[in-house]
Amino acid sequence: MSTPIDYLLHLADNAVVLGQRNAEWCGHGPILEEDLALANVSLDLIGQARLLYQRVAELKGGDASEDQLAYFRDAHEFRNYTLLELPHHGPLVGYAAADRDYATTIVRNFLYSALMVLVWDGLQNSADAGLAAIAAKSVKETSYHLHHARDWLVRMGDGTDESHARVQAAVDHLMPYTEEFWTTSPAEGAAVAAHVAVDVWALRPAWDAMVNDALAEATLSRPNFHGYVTEGKVGLHSEHLGFLLAEMQSLARAHPDGRW
Amino acid sequence: MSTATERVWAALEALTDPEIPVVTLRELGILREVNDAPDGLEVVITPTYSGCPAMGQIEDDVRARLAELGVAARVVTRLSPPWTTDWMSDAAKAKLHAYGIAPPHTRPAPDVSVMRFIKRPAADVVSCPHCGSSRTVVTSQFGSTACKALYKCLDCQEPFDYFKPY
Repeated sequence: MSTPIDYLLHLADNAVVLGQRNAEWCGHGPILEEDLALANVSLDLIGQARLLYQRVAELKGGDASEDQLAYFRDAHEFRNYTLLELPHHGPLVGYAAADRDYATTIVRNFLYSALMVLVWDGLQNSADAGLAAIAAKSVKETSYHLHHARDWLVRMGDGTDESHARVQAAVDHLMPYTEEFWTTSPAEGAAVAAHVAVDVWALRPAWDAMVNDALAEATLSRPNFHGYVTEGKVGLHSEHLGFLLAEMQSLARAHPDGRW
Repeated sequence: MSTATERVWAALEALTDPEIPVVTLRELGILREVNDAPDGLEVVITPTYSGCPAMGQIEDDVRARLAELGVAARVVTRLSPPWTTDWMSDAAKAKLHAYGIAPPHTRPAPDVSVMRFIKRPAADVVSCPHCGSSRTVVTSQFGSTACKALYKCLDCQEPFDYFKPY
């Protein structure tokens, strides 16, 4: 059975969109060490995305390329989780603007990395040898991302009243978006059937244990959630993805095939 | 090993890492194989971190050296088996230490249980490459590059990089 390309795009788009978001901190980090850390996390994520896009291009053949996949697809063609495209702050009304909030950044990186260490770990046994090789590298990198985000989650949660309140607000805001992890999209279903993907549902108890353990150590509470489940991974995105892509893609589109 | 592959090994031996010029690509485990394939010579390299920005430079350096030598060889990037700091030679680790970078510890045996992700791993005890003290603390999980963490020595007060096990 052939490798489901949409599943590889889901993994690649997750990595590139979060990599682009985290890179917004470059030059604006709260402290120099964190500026460097986020830039390094972004480099890893963009590196993972490149390897995955290269694998997709290889499978598609023709004139498919990593650049075409990253820069010349529009928002509805992206298959990333909605969680990863949200700006670095809580919900706003209308045209309101806000500063980037580091608590939001850390909580998102924690929730996503906690999932991805499990996903990459499982994907090392994927029937697609190309994906298995990428997973074997990515699991090592993602372990460090998780370690970094978890440290800050605990430090801020168990820190001052201000840091506790901000990181709790970020947990309350972002946790509902993680419900999207546990629904099965057609691409995921096909990839699981082909033994290319891991069944994410089976990873949920381990993810819950990781999240609950970290939240407890950080003296944070886990919100209950019942409501709308986002569907970014089937191409139904929030209004934020278009702006993110506009910034990421504009240069490549203004100067196609440009080199320096 | 054929004479042609020996010549290529000898020529590439001297190439160093663009970020850490005291160690060679071969010592780091980036330069993997030189093969005398039926369709010509082939040089196999493997990336360190997926996003390491030095990889493009490394590939260019290998190609330039081959061109200097007048050897027509393909440069192939292979991901599997994944690069690990355990491939680094003892000589390379000693050079890193002398350069002021604490060399990577050996990776623990792979643990198949998912439980290893759940608890926060204990921080490595890393000796200061300047004064040798083991009273050091991690300042940041990410240092000047993705492959290094930033540490500080509590005795000599110097900051230093630790090459993380990968």
